[in-house]
This record gives sequence, C-alpha cells and structure tokens, in this order.
Amino acid sequence: MNNANSLDLQDVVIRFSGDSGDGMQLTGTLFSDTSALLGNGISTFPDYPAEIRAPQGTVAGVSGFQVHIGSRRVNNPGDYCDVLVAMNPAALKANSKWLKPGATVIIDGDSITEEHLRRAGFETTDPIAELGLEDYNIVVPDITTLTRAALEGSGLDNKSTVKCKNMFALGICFYLYNRPFDHARAYLDSKFAKKNPAVAEANKRVIDAGYDYAANTHQFANTYTVAPAPLAKGVYRSISGNVATAWGFCAASEKSGRPLFCGSYPITPATVILEELAKRRDLGVKTVQAEDEIAGICTAIGAAFAGNLAVTTTSGPGLSLKSEALGLAVMAELPLVAVDVQRGGPSTGLPTKTEQSDLQQALYGRNGECPMVVLAASSPSDCFHYAFEAARIAMEHMTPVILLTDGFIANGSEPWRIPSMSEYPEIHPPVVDEAPEGGYMPYARNEKLARGWAFPGKVGLEHRVGGLEKHSLRGCISHDPANHQLMVDTRAAKVARVADDIPELKLFGETSGDLLVVGWGGTKGHLLSAVEQLQDEGKRISLAHFNYINPLPKGVEKALSGFKRIVVCELNEGQFASYLRQQFQQFDYGQYNKCEGQPFTVVELKEKFNSLL
Amino acid sequence: MADYKYTPADFKSDQEVRWCPGCGDHAILNAVQRALPEIADATDTPHNKFTFISGIGCSSRFIYYMKTFGFHTIHGRANAVATGVKTANPDLSVWVATGDGDSLAIGGNHFIHAIRRNVDLNVILFNNEIYGLTKGQYSPTSKLGKITKTSPYGTVEKPFNPGELVIGAKGTFFARSIDMEVMLTKECLVAGAKHKGMSVTEVLQNCVIFNDKTHAAFAADKATREENTITLRHGEKMLFGKARNRGLVFENMKLKVVTVGEEGYTLDDVLTHDAHERDTTLHTMLAAMKYPDYPVALGVIRCVEDDAVYDRAVERQVEEVKAASKIRCVDDLLRSGSTWEIK
Repeated sequence: MNNANSLDLQDVVIRFSGDSGDGMQLTGTLFSDTSALLGNGISTFPDYPAEIRAPQGTVAGVSGFQVHIGSRRVNNPGDYCDVLVAMNPAALKANSKWLKPGATVIIDGDSITEEHLRRAGFETTDPIAELGLEDYNIVVPDITTLTRAALEGSGLDNKSTVKCKNMFALGICFYLYNRPFDHARAYLDSKFAKKNPAVAEANKRVIDAGYDYAANTHQFANTYTVAPAPLAKGVYRSISGNVATAWGFCAASEKSGRPLFCGSYPITPATVILEELAKRRDLGVKTVQAEDEIAGICTAIGAAFAGNLAVTTTSGPGLSLKSEALGLAVMAELPLVAVDVQRGGPSTGLPTKTEQSDLQQALYGRNGECPMVVLAASSPSDCFHYAFEAARIAMEHMTPVILLTDGFIANGSEPWRIPSMSEYPEIHPPVVDEAPEGGYMPYARNEKLARGWAFPGKVGLEHRVGGLEKHSLRGCISHDPANHQLMVDTRAAKVARVADDIPELKLFGETSGDLLVVGWGGTKGHLLSAVEQLQDEGKRISLAHFNYINPLPKGVEKALSGFKRIVVCELNEGQFASYLRQQFQQFDYGQYNKCEGQPFTVVELKEKFNSLL
Repeated sequence: MADYKYTPADFKSDQEVRWCPGCGDHAILNAVQRALPEIADATDTPHNKFTFISGIGCSSRFIYYMKTFGFHTIHGRANAVATGVKTANPDLSVWVATGDGDSLAIGGNHFIHAIRRNVDLNVILFNNEIYGLTKGQYSPTSKLGKITKTSPYGTVEKPFNPGELVIGAKGTFFARSIDMEVMLTKECLVAGAKHKGMSVTEVLQNCVIFNDKTHAAFAADKATREENTITLRHGEKMLFGKARNRGLVFENMKLKVVTVGEEGYTLDDVLTHDAHERDTTLHTMLAAMKYPDYPVALGVIRCVEDDAVYDRAVERQVEEVKAASKIRCVDDLLRSGSTWEIK
C-alpha cells in the first residue's frame, strides 16, 4: 500500500453520504472498522433520516456517516470534513456546509442528471458552481458506469450491480488513506458467503475497481497516512453506545447474580439496546417486547418485584408514557433502570437526531414528590460503565434509576479497550433470605436507607407492597399525615445518600482559572476537545463534566467557586443550568445552548469560549 | 408437597377487609381463600409461591387481604406487571385480581396481549359493570343506556362481553361465575390454576352501592339462577332449569333453547359441552348468550391446552440458546466478534 506521495496526517474526517438506500452506513462502518484495526483513534457519527427510504434523490432522503480517524485519541466525530463522498447531488447539497476549506469532494458523475438535480432542488445544471464549491478539490468519477464496467460478465442483474457502487467509493477512500482491504473483504465474505457468494465477489471486485481508479487516474495528487494512535495496551473492539449499554447491564447482572430482564417497546434511537439484549439468551437474559411503552416498564417492575435486575429502554416520548410507572417503582422502592436515549423533542420531534432536552423530564416528570437517581453517559464506550453503575445503584440502593444517553452516543461508535470483568466490583443487593426475629418488615432499611428485597418464592417472607402510601416499616397502607411526611423525607434522603457512593467531581484542567465549562452527558467529546485545544493555547479554562446528575457528586460547589466565569453548555435551552442555579444559587451561570438536532461543533464552542475569556 | 395441608386461614392476612357491607367482593375473597389450599395440593405449589397482582379499583384492594406475596400496582397495569413477574420466575403461581374498569378500559391493551401471549397467569375479573371506587361512573361493561353520574341521559356505547373478548383474542381458558356462587367460583379457579396458560375467570359481582342488582334479573337468588343460567361442565349435556329439562341445541348456525320432550326435541339433540375444542365458534356463542333470550353461561366455557405458553417458552429458549452458544459469560461476550490488540 506504499505510495510515493504519501503524506502523514494527524486527523482526517470523512463523510459518506447518499440516498438512504445507498449503503452509506455500511461504507462508513467498513472504513471506520478498518482504521480501528490499524490502531487509529476513531469516532463515528451516523446521521440518517427518520424515513427508511425517503423519496430518492431528495435532500430529505440523504443518509450520512461521518468518521473521524486520528493518530491520537479522538474525542468526537469531527465538525467539518476533509473528504465528502456524495453519491448524488442531494447528498452534495445536504453536506456542502460541512466541508473544510479545500476539502475533497467525490461525487458520482452519473448522478449529475437533470432529474437528480431537479429532485435535489438545484436551479442550474452546475451544482458545484451553484453551491460555490469551485475552490474545492472536486472529483467526479462516473461511479455507476465504472461499477457496471467492473462487474461486466459477473452475471449479476442490473439492480444488484448498481447496489455495489458504494464499494467503489470505499475503494477510492482506501487508496487515499492507504487502508488495507482485509477487513472489508472478510466482512463481505462472512455476510454473503452463505446466501450469495456472487454478491460478495462483486462487492470485493468493486472495491478493487475504486482503488485502481484512484491509483491510475491521477485525480488525487497525494495519498495520506494516519499513524496508529498511542493507545493503552490491550484488546480493543469498536462499540456503539447502545450495544455498550446493553452489555453494561449484562455485566451488572453477572456481578450481582440477579438475572437480567428487559421489558421494552421499540423506539428510535433506543431499539438497538432491546435488540442486543434479545440476542443474549445465552447469558440468561429475558426480554419482553411489550405491547406498549407502559407495558415495557410494567413488565420490568414485575420482574424487579420477582427478584430480577430489571431494565426498560426508551426515548423521550416513551419516557413520558412511563412516568406513572416510574412513580410506582419509587413508591414500591424496587430496583429498576430506565434508559432514555434522548432525541429531539417535544412530541415525536426529531426521532433520528440528538438532543439533551429530557433532563428535566428525568428529574421531575412525575406526580408527587418523586425523587429518582439520574445518570448520564458521555461517550459510546462509557455507556457500558454507566449502565453498570445505574444497575449497581438501583440494586444496592433499592431505587429506580434513569440513565440518559442520546442519539449521538447511542449510534456513534469508538474503539474501546475491553475491560476484564475482574476489574468490576461485585454488586450486593440487600436480598432478604429469611425473616428476622419479630417478622419481616418490608420497609425496614439499612444504612443506605435501602429496604430489603424479598421476592416471591422466599419462604416466610410473604408481604404486600403497592402504590398507596406505605407504613414506614410494615409497608401496609397508611394515610397517617406524619407517616406520609416521614416517607416523603425518607425517599428523598435515600436518593441523596447515593452521593456517598459515587466518585467526587473531577475537573479536566486546573481547579481555578478564567472560565469553567460545564457540561453533562453526550457532549463530553466536543467540550473536551474545545477545552483542551484552548488549554494548549495557554488559556485558563477547565471542564467540569457531569455523569451523575441526581444526586450531584460531591465537590461541585468547590469546583464552581474556582473560576471567574462559568458557562453551562447543553443541547437544550438550559435545563442543567437551571438545575445548578437551583442547587447553588450563589454562582452566576452563563449558558451556551443549541437545539438543532446536531452535536456541538468544536469550532463553535471555541468561538464561544474565546468570547468569554 | 409438604405433609401440611393448608386451610383458608393460611391465606387470610391480618388486614381488616374494607369493602362495603354486602359487596360481592367478600364472597370472591372467600372463594379464593377456599380454592388455594386445593390448588396448592393439586398443583404442588407451596404457600410462598402464590403471588397476587392487582391494578386499581375496589377489586384491586384484594391483594392486601391475602397472606401471600402481593403487589398493588397502578391502574390498568396488573396484567403487564404480572407478565413480568411470571416471565421472571415461571415457578410462581401468579394471580391477577382486577375489575372491568381496570382490565377492559385503561388496561385493555395489556389484557388482550397477555391473553395473546398465553402467559400462565390466573386472572380473576370482577365484573360489576360500574366504576365503584370513583363512585359510580359507567364502565366498558355497563349496559347500553345505563344511567350513571357520567351518563346522566344513559350511555350511548355498547358494552364489551369479557368472554367474547378473551375468546376473540384466542384465550385458552375462560370461565364465568357469580359472586354468590362461592363453590362454583372455587371450581372455576381451581380449573384455571390447573390450566397451563392464561386463565380468565369472570365473576359477575354486585356493587351494592353504585350498581345494585345489575345481574339480578338472572342472578338474584338460587331459584332465578337455576332457571336463567346454565352451568357448563366438560362432557356433560348442556341442560338447565330446576327440572333440568331445558337444553341448548345448535340449529341454523345458532344456539337455541329447547325443552326436552317438546316440539320433538330429545336429549340426544342437546349439545354436550366440549371445553377442550380448539375452534372458538361455539365457545364464543356460549359466552355471548344474554339473558333473557338465553340462559347466561357459567362454569368453564373454554379450556384448551396449548404448548405455546409464554413464560415457559422463554425459559426453554434461554436453555436452548445457552446450550448452543459459545458465549458463557460477559468476558466472552466482550471479546466476541472483531477485536484487535495493541501491544
């Protein structure tokens, strides 16, 4: 793969885009996995429409997959791209705003037809000029024609032939960035070997054709090499946030000895967690695809009552439907994890786009005084850790926990050093096996204020729980005013006490300075990149990034007091900022907010921070 | 099974029963507490495995009066919670105490889907055709034209017949009783507990306060019930009436009430009840019989064994997949598929 004109790069961002049926997600994934195997730092971001097959050739139907590879750790999938692969004019139009100055654009020349231009909403026959892209490095191979030529005599019908054209684009990118073919070939072999070996052969042949085209036509002045990143030793894999979430629960189940149960209803962008857990019958996982969101959480609550580690997975609208049942879990004091993979809202909103606007729903969206532990994961791979944490806290503290992720980290993926389960702690739920002297009191508590977990089948521990207010020890119905106050206070204190059981807040950077950037959840990669770049420039800026939302970790007040200014950055209109204001009223909180259904860009963050420094 | 024989007292909790005096629920509680010792014996189920789940409504207070594991959940969701309990632990004997509002209105979706899945639950459906706990609004089983607080001019919507709903959803077990018929209720519950798959026993229950005598036309007293209801038993002729000379025949694609010995009908013409018939046609017709055109059908109307019992099927699948998979622990899982090593 050596090329005489190969230049070393630290970072490259490539965006693959085309119609939602063009196979761009696969193309991007193959490029990303190939690079991961080379040892690069990786971060990916799929950006696809809500429709499965939106009208062909329209801007609404464009599906994109961005991959950021680097010779260092990569925190985010990159704002702007060095290479844009556009399989048609609509893809070019949808993505031209994401081009870095001087970027390379590869567009299928066969797609530049009157029909396609019209569908994409171009007014002239020259999309390059119309978008003002004359100064970019535009390459226009006739990808469809070249794919057909490569597959002449292959016996494939026209439809199957044309479907291979995404591999032509992949071949070009393999040439440009000196990537080996092994992984893509092996993938295609395993995917099609049984069903249709001819299709596997064809796809492989088209990768070669794309590579040869790029090598022979001298359209590209140079090729590039991105050296492996200095990552810690170990075995790595690529993992998405949703899969990591599912696996984190499997880990918590193993470490607690409680069987894992997931009751869920399919909803974008959370469905993959249910799909992944459904595969895990091999680890004894039971999944119920319920008839609706409410049944999803209610089956989970039933399973929790019966002694399982119970989870339910959803996105914003589904969390709304689960509100009443979450209250039941609070009242019955049962362990339960509800995952909300946030998307743009309100209502159906933007199902495939990311946002952080369910925070206050998670904190407060229930009737009554109904406190609940809220956690947020901050990268695709740390979803594993926070799913584990959510399950640990739920079981050890006998409380429902909401775990917030978002469409960006749920669908995005990154390399992950695979931990050994021996690195993870045992989980000790307060399971009651036999009645203490004087009889079992369902609401008697331990030092964490957690009640005992005595599930059906345990001899001599028969008891009743429910949604009506409970007597503080016996658990039977009580309408006594003083008892209600006591129980309201106790439920709040139980959640507050979780703060003793989680790590203190640690800042990225110095503990004092000019500007403290505050974030939570899935924005960490972008915030950290922006903050680190400004730190490298000598700015006195630090990042406080939160994964534990309720209760907040210890050390927040101290952290906030070390800086001249504070700016809370979130993909909503200021929900975490309001929460902090309520808890620590002495500070002045600036805000940087965005509700575009897209992650922050490092560029816009730096611009904002510079304006505050 | 232990040597010890349970008695109804073993299933009575220390909580004071707070239903209105004269409420049909008292009789249902009595029937259940009498049925459980027999069920424990017949199905080899120890006391600690009985678990009662309820939703919201007068009927749902039931669980507090049972000295078993109990979970009083939220409105309409008892069947969903119970599905979770039973799937998590198929060894439990899981019961649902629910009403016509709880399971047929707000929880209608969970009710039909639990039936469709054939989860091995035993549902006791208290049907008093009214919302009692909220003090007298019409329910999905209230008769057309019923005057209540929310239908001061009479309802303009037709009721569900729970039996038709259960059998329509391909339920494998449906029985019906009347609150005052304690022994019949017990008989139905025992049959339902022995049945593998979801059993629904509808108990026609009287709400003395808000819907008194709603079933009285055919159920007021023993004599009325004898003439106006028919108790079906598998393998027995469909006969009713004090003289047991009236029966059901199938004619012109319909059920017809005849008197044996009149109009040329003989005992041979009278249908024999086959609760095990998979086809739902006749069971649906029997469940749908309405007074005064027909006697109201009681007893086990449908009891069909089906291998597809949800909770057991999930368990079986877990065992099969476990046996075939190379992934035996989370460490295996994390290292499955494509990985690479950085040395």
